[in-house]
Amino acid sequence: MNKATIELPSDNEMLITRWFDAPRELVFEAMTKPEHVRLWYAHCDEMVMRTCEIDLRPGGKWRYVIMMGGAELVWSGEYREIIAPERIVSVERFENIGPGHDMIAHLGLEAHGERTLFTNRLVYQSKADRDGHLQSGMETGMQTAFTRLEHLAEKLRSRAA
Amino acid sequence: MIETLTALAEPNRLRIVELLRSGPRPVGEIVDKLHIAQPQVSKHLRVLKEAKLVDVRPQAQMRVYELRPEPLLQLEKWLERFRENVDARFDRLDAHLEKMKRSRK
Repeated sequence: MNKATIELPSDNEMLITRWFDAPRELVFEAMTKPEHVRLWYAHCDEMVMRTCEIDLRPGGKWRYVIMMGGAELVWSGEYREIIAPERIVSVERFENIGPGHDMIAHLGLEAHGERTLFTNRLVYQSKADRDGHLQSGMETGMQTAFTRLEHLAEKLRSRAA
Repeated sequence: MIETLTALAEPNRLRIVELLRSGPRPVGEIVDKLHIAQPQVSKHLRVLKEAKLVDVRPQAQMRVYELRPEPLLQLEKWLERFRENVDARFDRLDAHLEKMKRSRK
């Protein structure tokens, strides 16, 4: 199975790389059309996507609202550059942490026949912002893991009973 | 996997595993550290052994218990799948792309 790699090329950057077993046009479509994004971005037991607005043009805005455990998580941004299906540059922010923490995301899709190499270079305003983002991702992941552990423990308990 | 979790879900067994983290120990030492009766400790050690979490070897007159890393590594691997939610998200995108591919054929 393909696995994302996360690198930290400099103090205020994060580089996410991931292979997809699908042609580039398809990956681009899945990542930029709301009817598709809704079906994978936060579509699982722990989260649900309430709003997915995408105005895919330079200067256009996007906004994602995700409900997770009663909390509303909001990501939004503006597109700076769009070269379909290979490149998107967007200014983005996690609204829950308040203003002043915008970052720039350089998303790239490289075609390799029927496969696609996805890269996303995130440039933060500071190392603190970058590390905060990394940490929150890990915490969310851990939370998810704990929730699953709880479900598993419940199953084990009901089996033992 | 479930065997590992079940074995670890008992507080005293978890303490034994924690104790053995620093290295192999004879049964007597485990009894001393845990402040519970020898038969209880033996029972817990048997469960841990059945779950392949520990191994036992005789050394002079003592039975020395040590951790086996395999089940713990398996557990770590399992947890790692949730550590980065970015991975879970991309896995969902994989599944969605497969659907898109099929619907376009």
